[in-house]
Amino acid sequence: MKSIDINKSQTNTVNHQEGVAVQFFKDAYLLFKENIREYGMYISLVIIMIIFSITTDGLFMSSRNISNLINQTGYIAVLAVGMTLVIVIRHIDLSVGFVAGFLGAIAAIMLTKLGLPVIITIPVILLLGLMIGLFNGLLVAKFTIPSFVVSLAGMLLFRGALLQVTEGTGTIIVDNEAFNAIGNGFIPDIVNFEDVHILTIILGLVAIGFFIWNELKVRKNKLKYNFSVIPSSMLLIKIILVSAVIGYITWTLANYNGLSWTVIVVILIVGIYHFITTKTVIGRHIYAVGGNPEAAKLSGIDVNKITYMVFGSMSMLAALSGILYTSRLQSATTTAGTAFELDAIAAAYVGGVSAAGGVGKVTGSIVGALVMSALTSGMNLMGVGISYQYMIKGIVLVSAVIFDVATRNKKK
Amino acid sequence: MVETSYILEMNNITKEFPGVKALDNVNFKVKKGEIHCLVGENGAGKSTLMKILSGVYKYGEYSGDIVFNGNIQKFNSVKDSEKVGIAIIYQELALIPELSVYENIYIGHEIKNGSVIDWNATIASANKMLKKVGLDINPETKIKDLGVGKQQLVEIAKALSKNVKLLILDEPTAALNEDDSENLLLLLKQLQKQGITSIMISHKLKEVLAIADTITVLRDGKTICSMEKGKDEISENIIIKNMVGREINNIYPKRDFNHGEEVVLEVKNWSAYDPKLGRQILKDINIKLKKGEIVGIAGLMGAGRTELAQSIFGNAKNYIIKGTLIVNGKEKVLKQPRDAIKTGIAYVTEDRKGDGLILIQNIKQNISISNLNSISARGVINENEEIKSANDYKRTLNIKAPNIEQIVGNLSGGNQQKVSLAKWLFAKPNILILDEPTRGIDVGAKYEIYTFMNELVKKGMSIIMISSELPEVLGMSDRVYVMSEGSIKGELKIEEATQERIMEMATKED
Repeated sequence: MKSIDINKSQTNTVNHQEGVAVQFFKDAYLLFKENIREYGMYISLVIIMIIFSITTDGLFMSSRNISNLINQTGYIAVLAVGMTLVIVIRHIDLSVGFVAGFLGAIAAIMLTKLGLPVIITIPVILLLGLMIGLFNGLLVAKFTIPSFVVSLAGMLLFRGALLQVTEGTGTIIVDNEAFNAIGNGFIPDIVNFEDVHILTIILGLVAIGFFIWNELKVRKNKLKYNFSVIPSSMLLIKIILVSAVIGYITWTLANYNGLSWTVIVVILIVGIYHFITTKTVIGRHIYAVGGNPEAAKLSGIDVNKITYMVFGSMSMLAALSGILYTSRLQSATTTAGTAFELDAIAAAYVGGVSAAGGVGKVTGSIVGALVMSALTSGMNLMGVGISYQYMIKGIVLVSAVIFDVATRNKKK
Repeated sequence: MVETSYILEMNNITKEFPGVKALDNVNFKVKKGEIHCLVGENGAGKSTLMKILSGVYKYGEYSGDIVFNGNIQKFNSVKDSEKVGIAIIYQELALIPELSVYENIYIGHEIKNGSVIDWNATIASANKMLKKVGLDINPETKIKDLGVGKQQLVEIAKALSKNVKLLILDEPTAALNEDDSENLLLLLKQLQKQGITSIMISHKLKEVLAIADTITVLRDGKTICSMEKGKDEISENIIIKNMVGREINNIYPKRDFNHGEEVVLEVKNWSAYDPKLGRQILKDINIKLKKGEIVGIAGLMGAGRTELAQSIFGNAKNYIIKGTLIVNGKEKVLKQPRDAIKTGIAYVTEDRKGDGLILIQNIKQNISISNLNSISARGVINENEEIKSANDYKRTLNIKAPNIEQIVGNLSGGNQQKVSLAKWLFAKPNILILDEPTRGIDVGAKYEIYTFMNELVKKGMSIIMISSELPEVLGMSDRVYVMSEGSIKGELKIEEATQERIMEMATKED
């Protein structure tokens, strides 16, 4: 790939220096323009991080804060993943917050009052989540009740249910170590080497390796079919940038306690959903239903089945979110889950999911979730009052969507 | 009335989109008081030209001049062009279904008394406008309760209410039946007498010949020629030749083989009842389709042809279906499109944008969606296979696009139709139902689709073709059923079928 540039420059040695530089910036500009929506999100995340590290004298970028930030994003991140699909098929689920809160409380009860082991509790909670979601899906698909109404009702119902189960006891303290480790623990290291977490570094390197391998494979495949690819110089820049970011985060985390179990869970969920949405028949069907439900139906897609699946997965992820949250607080509270759904929806929109349906990436929503919690964390460190925090987050959300709509329209 | 001055001159108009020159130095002149037809293949630049004229593309986004009534115009919005008396009526009507006729006519330029709407005056003027277009309906009727033909007239009434001097109609008769089309053309003639100039974009050359004073042909973003009635020699063949740049001797290619006798599809005593409307949509229908045969279903808009096709395809909506469906000798009950696809039936919808394609996705994704399982292992799509078959269809159907990653919404109508066809062939059917397979697409693409249909039946496919274009029905079918008011009014062998006989059956009342 690089050799093409060299060949070109050899035949034209006089101004090759200048030519290459001009070409480079031209390529960079074009690439940026074409992908302004996607790159804009990453760039804003970086800008937010830089601003906060300046305003907090580097405290924001400390290993401890980055580790905390990522771990705190976990329970919203898994919701954002599910919400992405719900919004893609042109629906909404407002019930996820209190489903998470309620099932988190049920998990706490199972672990403490019933004394059940973690290995039974977690599958049961996830299964309960799935059932709730399938029921939502049934109301939406079969009885054609708008999802806004169905999930609003669910929100009220599970808020009540949460209060009901925590009424007698108030906050339920969970003392199960294995369970609490999910939200607070870190993966063990393989060797003891000073203060650096070696396994984390190894996993980070594996991730970088996988990323580079995948980029090259995709490119090779695209070239094979004569599809347009980005110039090799740009690919190099992309690889260097992404590797640097993964490397930096890995290094930061490795200098603290390493990768947390929460991060592992989130990465697994994102990995699975990313695979499903981009590589499988079901994924394609989901985007087809979102893109044009009538055409999807006439193409032999069972729109109802897709709706059940998406809502089922949503509430199952809400159950997981409840587990992560309860575990992180090491207790189930009477108000757990309040406004989770709004954070998840905001994360999805910031992450580029289109309200019109059919468009949106799981990975985008994760970045959206990170942007939102970076804002929270940074503003907390700066001592910005909670009232201003909400207002600023509101402005960021609406700006992201304005940017999204503007760039989309431009493309047309 | 020998007016030779031009009401409109569009000089050296050039408009570029990223990567494409949609219009290249186009000159377009319209005389005052004439009916000027603009023809050309899809993608020739007709709509782009009209969008520039009506201010959809702002001044500065194109180069060249628009001179209207002697003045150079710099439109920044549709409002600006309306102000000087230009109104455009799009193929997809822009009326609001839930509002009444009078509300629709005056929407955007309400008759006000101070700052409140004067409804009485509105209704009174709406009545006047309706009279002008010869529409005898209650102005309080909701738009959704009107047929397409009447909706079109309401659109024209709306344009008249804005004091229009130049009326632009984009394929006004594409969705109309013969009667309504004729009415509309008569109306244009009447408006002409009142001094209104019209520009009409149309693919139906017969009506172009019947109505046009001047015909301008665009091809590939360039003006090819302008022909005046009386001055120049004009015929369908000449127009077609100018449109495609080559002579098409016969736009209905002949088949060089005879179909089989084996019946692959039979519908017996088929009826559908719509509980919502409380009436019978399909009445006791009996049809047969033989292997390798193309059966045409002719009829007017609203005759129930699409409903018949969709109910066979398992998409009966809320209708209650009675009757028997026999596919390849076996009785089948198809509850949803998926069952039909499994049985080997495919249905190419009449409304490719509405329920045919996923416009925001690319060519590849649209083609593979109907049969993803065939290129998947354990639910994971084999992307190489997908690309390979999409490329195959792109080649065989001559889909014009740089590559299969192009977004379908950006393609021209003809290419979208080809993608739609490719999508259904990918499902590997042996019975293909085509609903208006060439609606709104250019002559070149039509010919390609006809040729392809012939290849398909030669390979053993059987085709049901629903079409409102009689020449197409006569040119392509082995046998013709004529539908009207939800029932089959007659069956004609191709040798005995003529336009007159078909129309006679199609308009037969019970």
